[in-house]
Formats: sequence, structure tokens, C-alpha cells
Amino acid sequence: MKYSWLRILRISLAVIFFLLISLAFVDFIGLFPDKLMKGTLWIQFVPSVLNFSRVVTLSATGFVVIFLLTLLFGRFYCASICPLGILQDIILRIARRFKKIRFKYQKPLNWVRHFLLGFTVVTLLTGSMLIVNLLDPYSLFGRIFSDLLRPLLIAGNNLIATIFQSFDIYTFYHFDLHPLSWEIYVIPVFFLTVISYLTVIHGRIYCNTICPVGTLLGYLSKIALFKIRINENNCTNCKLCERACKAECIDLENQTIDHSRCIACFNCLTSCKFNAIDFTAKKQQLPKLESVDPSTPSNPQRRQALNALLGGLIFTPALAFAQNQEQETEKGPDVYKGATKPVKRKQYVTPPGSADVKEFLDKCTACHLCVSACPTQVIQPSKNQFGWDHILQVRMDFKAGYCNYECIRCTEVCPTGALLPLPVEDKKLTQLGKVKFVKENCVVEAERTDCGACAEVCPTKAVHMVPYEDDLRIPETDDKICIGCGACEHACPTLPYKAIYVEGNAVHVMAEEPEEEKAKKPDHEGDFPF
Amino acid sequence: MKRRDFINKSVKAGLLTGAAVSFGKYGQLLANTAFNNEVPYDLVAIRNGEPAAMYQRALNAMGGISQYVKKGQRVVVKPNIGWDVVPELGANTNPELVKAIVKSCLDAGASSVYTFDHTCDDWKKCYKNSKLEDVIEDAGGKVVPGNNERYYEEIEIPKGKRLTSAKVHEQILEADVFINVPVLKNHGSAKLTISMKNLMGIVWDRGYWHRNDLHQCIADFATWRQPDLNIVDAYRVMMKNGPRGRSEADVAKMKFLVMSDDMVAADAAAAKIFGMDPNGVPHIEYAHDFNVGNMNLKQQEIGRIKM
Repeated sequence: MKYSWLRILRISLAVIFFLLISLAFVDFIGLFPDKLMKGTLWIQFVPSVLNFSRVVTLSATGFVVIFLLTLLFGRFYCASICPLGILQDIILRIARRFKKIRFKYQKPLNWVRHFLLGFTVVTLLTGSMLIVNLLDPYSLFGRIFSDLLRPLLIAGNNLIATIFQSFDIYTFYHFDLHPLSWEIYVIPVFFLTVISYLTVIHGRIYCNTICPVGTLLGYLSKIALFKIRINENNCTNCKLCERACKAECIDLENQTIDHSRCIACFNCLTSCKFNAIDFTAKKQQLPKLESVDPSTPSNPQRRQALNALLGGLIFTPALAFAQNQEQETEKGPDVYKGATKPVKRKQYVTPPGSADVKEFLDKCTACHLCVSACPTQVIQPSKNQFGWDHILQVRMDFKAGYCNYECIRCTEVCPTGALLPLPVEDKKLTQLGKVKFVKENCVVEAERTDCGACAEVCPTKAVHMVPYEDDLRIPETDDKICIGCGACEHACPTLPYKAIYVEGNAVHVMAEEPEEEKAKKPDHEGDFPF
Repeated sequence: MKRRDFINKSVKAGLLTGAAVSFGKYGQLLANTAFNNEVPYDLVAIRNGEPAAMYQRALNAMGGISQYVKKGQRVVVKPNIGWDVVPELGANTNPELVKAIVKSCLDAGASSVYTFDHTCDDWKKCYKNSKLEDVIEDAGGKVVPGNNERYYEEIEIPKGKRLTSAKVHEQILEADVFINVPVLKNHGSAKLTISMKNLMGIVWDRGYWHRNDLHQCIADFATWRQPDLNIVDAYRVMMKNGPRGRSEADVAKMKFLVMSDDMVAADAAAAKIFGMDPNGVPHIEYAHDFNVGNMNLKQQEIGRIKM
């Protein structure tokens, strides 16, 4: 088997990429080094393109490498680098334990491919990230791992922690996830189900029909230097390669290979017993490309599956009719009368490093890597907070947590340029939003008792307590030094509405540095004051 | 616990009426030698030393660790670890002090020493950045999480006015000995945070306290159980912008320590060290009125030690 090393190389690289990327997405302890994360993710296609379009630096040129790789060796990205592609291979491997799966040549659904790529590009250029976010394989994978697998692992961890702690061993500890709303879960569940089904039936049909990156790279792989080529002299038409081809792109009847769909997995090379298939740069007779005839009836089963997928695209905006109000289910205790004034935020808050909400929304692919990485869980997928066309993109949810003063983890992990790098010292002065005080809702005003939960947690003292009636103290705010971390909003105990909240900045600004005055020491004249 | 508390109190009271009265003012003089184990002080205050050394001297004056920890007992030490900041900012209890406490408990034969706090910032970062996790583990103590509702169990507070029940951390409920180690700080709403306020770190739902008269709830909870010993860290004192603080400018190096098994007395003394009249701190007054302890320092035997 002269080509077995190629397949081993492909699988080894795939295993390395897959392990690194999946660990990054499920790591809930914060162990994964951010440098390694950046190193692993910079080559991901869509994040890299978006990152480049924002920062235009060499560090964001992973997509150029992918272009070059594809021009040389075909869609190597799809075989060894794309986590969703590798995930499908794993699903297939598992399915094969239960069922014999053989592939056979299928005609391409070219009109779907071209339409979806075109649609994605057009919507992207007109400023909507919705389609690219739903279909980008890296982000799709990220959501499956961050939103679905990570909670399962955490549940397992909590079980282990419970068992160990019952033996008084505290090496493991519980981790409580802020639950997502069902609309957020539905999307990765839907995609995972559809993709798993398609994989088992038709191999990489998702990559070759729906995935816009697959289609785009397919244009390049057609003219790649190295290609899978059939040696017609040796070929016995035994169909071993055709059965092994999970792209279903080898047509032995016509002795052609659809290189736009070949994902360079090299399975055909190792399956051939007659030396009849090669991976070479040698220009043979150019293989005949299938003529695209839209009137050709396609596999009805496949069409159904596609309809289901497209239905998903329609289904998402349909969620717009679902309720959007953030609801408080907790009821206040009897003695506490409750806050009366609803809080209406005009601008939801985006994480540090986003700098500009609009630019952020133009770059965030909703991969949820920052959701996984955020130690306080303040970063959460949004529903309609930025509009339904921005569903799944992230926001600061101060109900779930608040932004830790010294933490810049999200800016370190974001691969798409949605969150730009931000040194800690700058982050501590970056104003994500401004504090707003709703006096009517405040415990001090409404209940006439001390509270001060907001001022306690404020790291800059933009919220501080000042004397009020009846020897009470009431919060006073200073939005010049406020950084919008949301600690006050998170801590505010009023129900059902908050008495203090952060109104997002559409463009992040630098807050002023608080004035420091050295604390005065009480003078006890070297003695005791009692 | 109630019963042990009661016995503990009765023994102390007996000693007080029996011994303290007879020693009278001499206690004060002897205290300055600081090695007198006979004097049953209500409270010991010490200044000018390093945290661990002040602890040892004060403890000796209180009768030594054997007064509080017996062989084989399970001890819980509750420092303030509420904030993700370094020790220099004085927002968390001094690590040198906590280390010395844990060590002395183990030396006295404690079967185990547990520490935790229901932190405000991310608990792992707090435990790490405060240096407390490292020093406690160094000394042989166990650091356990306090951030999760599953560790908390419902208790009743029969004497409470606004707070009649609360969920308390299991380590407190399981411990034989409870040592409370607050750090003295300015506080935006509680005015000061000392021993009684530090107990907010052993309950789950603090929001309820904030909504329902914070000072009253602090005093209500103090009626539930008195720690066996309170050690107030006033080495670095956050004079303003408390309880989180903003920078080292908020901190004054005062080098004091207060020790007492009476939370109210300890808080009254610490308030004075801070330069505040304890009468201006409602929760101290409320707790005094509940007979949790005695804020009237003039009525107490106080050991005063200068190093």
C-alpha cells in the first residue's frame, strides 16, 4: 500500500486537531492554554477570514494557508482540519460498528450548493451574519460541543465530585451551569441530528451540499495540483474505491472523479487493490466534469433531508414570535414589597474587546468558545437581544454573572476578531456600558433599610454609598469611572426588577481613572482606644 | 451545637464570676506579660506585631488553643475570602494569620481543619489570589468550596426578627469547633464588616438579607450560633471603599488583632480600633439588644498587649 502513509497522516492530523478543538470547547475549568487555543484555531477558515477583514494582520491569514493547501492538495481542510468534518467521520466510524455502510456514486446537488454559497456570501455582504453563523462548520461544531457536550461533561464531573466529596476528597468540585433558553438548545440539537443522519446515509453529503466552506473550497480543489486520479489501465471497475468514498464523488461507470467534492480523505487510495488510483500532480487527461442538469431527478431521500435542513433556516426566524421578555420567576418574600419599575435596556452589552457593537455583531460567528471559556459565565448566547437575525451571537448576561475585573479570557480565545486582544490594564478601564440607577426600585428608597449590595461589588467604586435620610446610605453612581462590568446589576437583590443595571455602549470607550486618596489611619497614640 | 455552646458559655461565665472578679485590674497588668494562662479574659486586643506572632500572644493570653480545640475534634475556620484580590489590598483575611490558626488547631490535635467562604467573586480565583488556598493547604488544612447551594442546609433562627431561617454550609453544621476569622473593613452599607458580618459567608441566600433590612438580618443570624472563637484581623485595614476596595490607597497598616468568644464585644472593640463608635453600627447594637454578646467594653475584662 504505497499510499497508506497519506491516510495515516490525514487521520493523525485530524485526531490532533479534533482533540485540541474539542478540549477547547468543553474545558470548563479554564485549563486550556490560550496560546495553544489561538494556535489551533487560527487556521479555521471562516473565523480567519472574518478576523482578517477586521484586523488585517499576518496573524489572521489562516484562510490564505487553507487556500494554498487546497490549490496544492485539494480539500485537506475538510478532511483533517474542519472539526465538523472530523466529527462526521467519527459518527460514521461509530455507526459502522452497528451497520455495514457502503457508499456509491451520487450526482452532485449543484444548484443547492451554489445557491447556498451564493446566499451566504450575499447575506454576509449585506451585513447579516445569520446564514454564515448557522452554516459555518467550525461554529456549528463549537455550538454542539459548547452547548450540548459541555453540559453533559459537567454533569458527569458533578457526579464524580459528589462521590469523591462523600469520601471527603475535594479534588473535584461541582460546577453549576447557567441554563440556556430552549431556543438556543434547539439549534445545535437540530443540526447534530440532521448531520448525523446524513452522514450515516450519504457520508459527507453535508460538506458537499450545505456547507458553504465546502462548496467554496470545491471550486479550488477542482484545479488543485495534486489530485486523486484513476489509472484507467489498471482499473478493473471493482468499485472498492467507490464504496469507500464518503464523498460519493467517484463515478467508476464514467471513470471520473468529481474533484469539487473530493475531501482528500485518501480512503480510495488505500482501498484499491489494483494500483488503479493515484494521488499525483501528473496531468493526465482532464477528467470530465459532470454537466449540471437541474432537470435530473435527484435522490428523493436526499431531497427530503435537504428540505428538512432548509426548513431549519426558516424555522429560526419563526422563533421571532416566541416571547422575548426576560422573565423573573422568583417571588419575593412576604415582607419585601418588591420593585415596581420595569427595566428596559436600549442597548445590550457586548463582551470586552468587542470595541464596537456593530462591528462585533459583524464578526461573531456564534461559535460559543468564549461562552465555554468565561469563568463567570457572564457571556451567554443571545436570543433576540440584538434582533433575531443575531440569534446565538453572544452578549453579557448579568443575570448569569458579571465580568471579572482582572479577567481577559474571552479576548484571548476569540478566533474571529469579534473580540480583539485587550491587555488587562486597558480592560480595567474599558467601559462596556454605563451604570443606571433606578431609585424607585432600590431597597433603601422603597424599604427604608440599608442594602448596598451593588456598591460592595463595584471594582471601581463608580457605585458607592452616600448618606441618605434616616441615617441610611443609598447608592450614588459615577458613569465616568464605570466600566460596565455588571457586578452591581448581578448583585442587586431587588425583585422582580433590578434597581441598578448597565446600559450598553454602542461603542466601548475608555473610562476615567478613579482619583485615589491615601487612607487616613486613626490615631490611637500608640495605645488602645478602649 | 446549641448544647455545647451553652456549656461553653456557662463554663466561661463561671470562670468570669469566680475568677475574673478576683483578679480584677491585675489581669490587665499580667496581660502585658502575655503568658498568663490563668486570666479568663473576655477579650484580648494586641498591636504592633506581625499577624502570626500577634495571634500566638493573644491566644496564650486567652488560655491557649487547648481552651478551644480538643484532641480529635473537627474544626472549621472561616476567614473572609470574598474577593479576587491580592493580600496587600486587605479585602481578605491575612494569609499569615490564617495559616497560624490552622497550624495551631492541628497541633492541638484537631482531627481536621476545614476552611471555606461563600465568595462574592469567582471562588477559585478568590481562593488562589488571596493566597489563602496555598497557605492553608501548606499548614495541613482542607480548603473546600462554598459556592454551591448543594452544600447548604436549612436551619431555623427562632429569635430572628426578619430572618427566621437560612441555609448554612454543611461544614459549619458538622464541625465541633467554629473559629471565625474576619478582617476588619469599611463597608458601604453595613458600615463595618467584622465578626457578625463575616457570617454572611456561611449562608447561601444573601440577597434576602439585603432586601430585608441588612443590619437586622446580620443581628438575627448572630442569635443562631456564636462561633467558639472570633479572631479579628486588623493588620491591614481597609479604611474606605469597602468591602471590596479599589487599591492599596484604601488600606492602612494598623497592625492590630482582636480575639474574643463574644462576637459583639469583638466587633465593638474592632469598631473602636477602626475609629468608629460601635453605637453607630446598627447591627452591633441590635445584636447587643438580643443579648448575643456585650458591646459595652467597660464591663469586660480586656487583655491589652503591645508588642
